[in-house]
Amino acid sequence: MPVPNDTHPKLAAYAHPQRLVTTEWLAEHLGQPGLVVVESDEDVLLYDTGHIPGSVKVDWHTELNDPVTRDYVDGVRFAEICAERGIRRDTTVVFYGDKNNWWATYALWVFSLFGHPDVRILDGGRAKWIAEGRELTRDVSKPEHVEYPVVERDDTVIRAFKADVLVHLGHPMVDVRSPGEYSGELLHMPDYPQEGAVRGGHIPGAASVPWARAAAEDGSFKTRDDLEAIYQTEQGLSPNDSIVAYCRIGERSSHTWFVLTHLLGFPRVRNYDGSWTEWGNSVRVPIAVGTERGEPPE
Amino acid sequence: MSTTAMPPKLAELVEEFASVGAKDRLQLLLELSEELPALPARYLGHREDMEQVHECQTPLFLAVEVDSGQRVHLFFDAPAEAPTTRGFASIMHTGLDGEPARAVLAVPNDFYTALGLAEAVSPLRLRGMVAMLSRIKNRVRAVASG
Repeated sequence: MPVPNDTHPKLAAYAHPQRLVTTEWLAEHLGQPGLVVVESDEDVLLYDTGHIPGSVKVDWHTELNDPVTRDYVDGVRFAEICAERGIRRDTTVVFYGDKNNWWATYALWVFSLFGHPDVRILDGGRAKWIAEGRELTRDVSKPEHVEYPVVERDDTVIRAFKADVLVHLGHPMVDVRSPGEYSGELLHMPDYPQEGAVRGGHIPGAASVPWARAAAEDGSFKTRDDLEAIYQTEQGLSPNDSIVAYCRIGERSSHTWFVLTHLLGFPRVRNYDGSWTEWGNSVRVPIAVGTERGEPPE
Repeated sequence: MSTTAMPPKLAELVEEFASVGAKDRLQLLLELSEELPALPARYLGHREDMEQVHECQTPLFLAVEVDSGQRVHLFFDAPAEAPTTRGFASIMHTGLDGEPARAVLAVPNDFYTALGLAEAVSPLRLRGMVAMLSRIKNRVRAVASG
């Protein structure tokens, strides 16, 4: 039996309301057959300190990335990751995590590369669930091992590579990093380790919209009206645009990808996961410094 | 890596990590994160007296004291939502607190590779621990010579 959608009025205003659930909805539906809750955090141990009852962990770094090549896992490994967690191809997967669902949207984006049909985000994530005094447990979840088909990743629709971005120059782009990273003053996130970019700045023409602007105080997504005010009114993006979003390794920009694609309904948004750690190290690619967007070369 | 250049409690921890598989290493790190001592009263609310370790995923604050007997004392402050960072801090505390300054300075900078955490935690996340040790050593040098 399919897992119903959350019909909460706040969600109904979004372009794809079926991609979100509220904490109330999740509390009511926990344990329902056909539903698996996945926690994806920045901190690899956070899940183990307490998680939503019955949820399973996916670690973005050690599990969704290929251990050798800078790429995501392949279809065979992805099928194992799902099968071990009790996820079938027709399972409803609800992702949640720390830091405004930053890593939860990243995991959802990777699942989307494999075309997993029913993926949703818990609006407000881990922080909202805890703030509402909802149950956490340290009990180890023991999902039943199930079958998941080997599906090859489709990198052509929602993922952009460096070569695609070079062709895309002159078209709308969103740089979701902090203002200091955008201008080139910082080579890494404030308070975060240097991840080795030899040049600072941004891709010429990219608008600066730090990813967390899409999040409200409590970690949930801003309302559709507020999001339209930022991305459409203020930044002048249009639903018909082909847009590339990037950050430093593609995780913060998957949050913006989710907002543009599923909350505002832009059908042509790609996440450039090579992002600044690739662009800022590449020989002879154009770079703009300072707070202005800059012009791509002729 | 030889553990002979390490203070005994640090060497013991390294051996403990090295003797178990990747999953159990994470469990060990989680337990350590829970054992990190709370800040003593004199540092509570006094982050200006501590040094921020910017290289950690989540901001971590560190204070280093060297007593009259040239022994090193370490104090850490990291939020409960950052168990990995707390675990790294706890490795430092368990392994180095109370050790002579010269023993702390003699710890190999790459000692963490022997913990075998790269696979379980990812090399990127381990950078915080490298930074923690180098900042501890810098403070010890500054205090011991001053």
